[in-house]
Amino acid sequence: MMKSKADEEDYWNSSKFKAFTFDDEDDEFSTLKESKRTVNSIRCLVEEDDDKEEVEKVSWNGEPVSSNSWSVSETAASNQRAEREPAFPKINTVTISKSHSGYSLSSLRSLSGSSVLMMSSCCDQDYVSDWSPEETVHRMQQGKVVSLEKFRSLQDKLLLLDSCVAAHDGNVITAVLIYLKRTLSKEVLFRELEPRQTALSHLIHYLTETRDQRLLLELLRALGRTEDVAVRTTHQQYTVLVLNLPFSPEDSSHVQDHYTLMERQVIIETTDRRAERGEKVERALILNMPLITTLSYCCLYHYSESEGTFSSPLNIRQTFKISEKQFFVTALGARAKLKAWSDVDALFTSRNWLGFTRKKSPLGFQRVVDILQKNSAPTQVLQDYVALVDDAELRITLAQKHKCHDIVINTYRDLKDRQQLLGYRGKVERGSGEERKIDELLNNLQIRWKN
Amino acid sequence: MAAHLSYGRVNLNILREVARKDLREFLDKCAGSKAIVWDEYLTGPFGLIAQYSLLKEHEVEKMFTLKSGRVPPADVKNIIFFVRPRLELMDIIAENVFRSVFVSRFQAPQFLTIFSPSFLLQECYLENDQTSLYHTAKGLINLQALYGTIPQIYGKGECARHVANMMLRMKREFAGSQNQILPVFDTLLLLDRNVDLLTPLATQLTYEGLIDEIYGITNGYVKLPPEKFAQKKQGEASKDLPTEPKKLQLNSAEELYAEIRDKNFNAVGAALSKKAKIISAAFEGRHNAKTVGEIKQFVSQLPHMQAARSSLANHTSIAELIKDITTSEAFFDNLTVEQEFMTGVETDKVNPYIEDCIAQKDPLIKILRLVCMQSVCNNGLKQKVFDYYKREILQTYGYEHILTLNNLEKASLLKPQTSSRNNYPTIRKTLKLWLEDANEQNPNDISYVYSGYAPLSVRLTQVLARPGWRSIEEVLKMLPGPHFEERQQLPAGLHKKRQQGENRTTLVFFLGGVTYAEIAALRFLSQMEDSGMEYIIATTKLLNGTTWIKSLMDRPESQIS
Repeated sequence: MMKSKADEEDYWNSSKFKAFTFDDEDDEFSTLKESKRTVNSIRCLVEEDDDKEEVEKVSWNGEPVSSNSWSVSETAASNQRAEREPAFPKINTVTISKSHSGYSLSSLRSLSGSSVLMMSSCCDQDYVSDWSPEETVHRMQQGKVVSLEKFRSLQDKLLLLDSCVAAHDGNVITAVLIYLKRTLSKEVLFRELEPRQTALSHLIHYLTETRDQRLLLELLRALGRTEDVAVRTTHQQYTVLVLNLPFSPEDSSHVQDHYTLMERQVIIETTDRRAERGEKVERALILNMPLITTLSYCCLYHYSESEGTFSSPLNIRQTFKISEKQFFVTALGARAKLKAWSDVDALFTSRNWLGFTRKKSPLGFQRVVDILQKNSAPTQVLQDYVALVDDAELRITLAQKHKCHDIVINTYRDLKDRQQLLGYRGKVERGSGEERKIDELLNNLQIRWKN
Repeated sequence: MAAHLSYGRVNLNILREVARKDLREFLDKCAGSKAIVWDEYLTGPFGLIAQYSLLKEHEVEKMFTLKSGRVPPADVKNIIFFVRPRLELMDIIAENVFRSVFVSRFQAPQFLTIFSPSFLLQECYLENDQTSLYHTAKGLINLQALYGTIPQIYGKGECARHVANMMLRMKREFAGSQNQILPVFDTLLLLDRNVDLLTPLATQLTYEGLIDEIYGITNGYVKLPPEKFAQKKQGEASKDLPTEPKKLQLNSAEELYAEIRDKNFNAVGAALSKKAKIISAAFEGRHNAKTVGEIKQFVSQLPHMQAARSSLANHTSIAELIKDITTSEAFFDNLTVEQEFMTGVETDKVNPYIEDCIAQKDPLIKILRLVCMQSVCNNGLKQKVFDYYKREILQTYGYEHILTLNNLEKASLLKPQTSSRNNYPTIRKTLKLWLEDANEQNPNDISYVYSGYAPLSVRLTQVLARPGWRSIEEVLKMLPGPHFEERQQLPAGLHKKRQQGENRTTLVFFLGGVTYAEIAALRFLSQMEDSGMEYIIATTKLLNGTTWIKSLMDRPESQIS
């Protein structure tokens, strides 16, 4: 609903410029440092460049101003401040100053549902209010001017906070939290927010948005939200935190693994870069890569190392408890890429007391063939693995796809499918060994064909 | 220009006109020449309401996008910032302002900042920011100012409850002004997204749904790979293929699109063929035009026929693009697993297809959609399965995704089982969420939009109308959040007398997002012969499984700068 005419007039007349500004004294807004610096530097500029002609200063109502001050709004109170300090554009002191600045949130709602929200403020230092917490919150929701300064005691502040949480208005909650952040010590603030989940979530959100890393980390640490902390920081900070924080049980192993992995990657990187100086080859950097990618790298370049080294795939597998399937797939992919077919073979072979046997792979052989084929494995190599596919139908399809003729022929023979074998004869090269083989089988009277 | 908004019982043009009027009034309030600095995210939505020509009429001389540094020099009286209410943007605006004014030689322009709220409801679930709910409630109050008080309010879910409470409280506060408008809506239904977490995870199978899933529809536009749309002229050597993606507008003003958008994709081919025949026949009509009068009539029809032919060409190309994907093995395998989960097959074990996809390092979002679906259909994964998936994902895609997984857990999408009881099979049976032989060509039930699965949210809506929620009390209790009914007093004399056979109208408001498939399903319900009900859909945003999961992925450092 549109605000009443009178309120609108009030709004338009109070201050024309709306924005956040920052005061020197407040250090909490460390993330807004850059803007602060800009303001301060502009201040200097104003003082120094008095005589420079390029900058023509005018007041908001258009008249040129010769002094350093900017006549900023029509209320006397804010004029006072502006004239004292030659700083543009502290047109409205929304926060922070020691004076009785107040907060007000006014909202103009257009009927289409898109909100027009403006932060404005009134710098009337003589403003006196006597509103209860609920009334204050109510006024804030309606966009009227309030002063939070009167909530001095801790109890008052907490009542105020609880009132605005009950009102479910996010903007009011954030405004009150900013006030509390300024007027309470960190320990008290964190302690009081702990049981107040809604307000706490708002504060975290606010700190995230304003990139107040330091305070956010302190808060999260105080609350024991270790995973959030761990991932949001850089490696160096991580090192410090990881050593000092209590872990939540479920994710502790993952966080620990992450740290271990990063350490490991640094070691491997530095060692490899050093070794590489003789070679020309540029290997892919592994810093900050996922674990499996790191494993793949080690399978490519450090495959034969014993379990004792940092870069040995077996060592990595054991340290990070990688599943058999994952390890298998990664190793297979890496060795196939290098066309190291004997290594590939070795993956499947295992000794038992009878001698060498073929072990069933944790991966279906169809997948194996797929991976090998993607790495341009020669037909002889593919053949070996196609032959190991259990399902006859599947085996035939794969064999046909990869032109493993012998396998097709043998399978049809095993299935005693004469028709199919006959049909396949046309697909092999004339006069080839395969053709002869087919003919032999077809003429074999001992085979009891089913069709 | 927006004639298609006037069809149907609810004239949506009213909303658009009001928005334009407000914008005009606002611009006029700042007398003199203006420059607007835009938040990039808003240019799209604003484009739905007003074109630059409108802005120009109100002395907007220049437009810029919001960036750090200085506002580019502009000799204007006013500089207006249109932004979303995001804290990090305030910094940029402040910087813009500080840096700009001192360098300006001319009269210092007046600065004004306007916020347009973004309804990011995942913020509500993850970070408990209830501001967006407040905006929703306010929006509904405003809506009622235009379309009349809605006498009945139903809802399901925590957010629904909050919004309803806020609405009723706001109504009381404005008690003075009685709304004299004849009510257009009979019922308002508020639904939380988290009442039905399953539907957005499933791959949509309607034409519009698939376009959104594969290419993404933003503000009614889609960007497509240009190769298929390159026009080949006769005799000319083939030019270089265009590299810019082809941008197409998609709305119901286009006749053909209106016909096929809600169809199951497998029925689109037939519809296109039919249309092709009609258009061909129309063009052939030139042979039959003998008299001057007939020829004149034919010629007057040409523009319309040409537009129809161009429309057909576009959609045929789009359908071909989509078909390439839907006929692929990957799509088929994925869909098979989805349907297995939806019908309760082995949701308590690690799924081998998902395992393989992780091993192949398929896109993470695909993996997340599937594991979340398994979790939802199992009411939480067995601890061992949960731990296994989590480990595999972190090891393959990186440990940094631990935050994403935590977010998904908070949103109840991917979580370990807390109780051994899985209510999903009961819900599925009672609400008939799975229909074995869904008819894709001539559907008789909403389950056609997923070729067998009836969206839970839409089924709830359907049951509400007939026979009513009392018949599914038990099932409603199994779904998260409270369900409720409220009534609002209508001023005397405004009670509608229903005519024979006149439909009732329900406004369905999805809090947290809705998919195109659900919209199609609701439209289907409206068109059903004996439904007696028309549905209008409102939502905080349009989404699909991919955009939804993406929004839940934590991006600690990658906010826009």
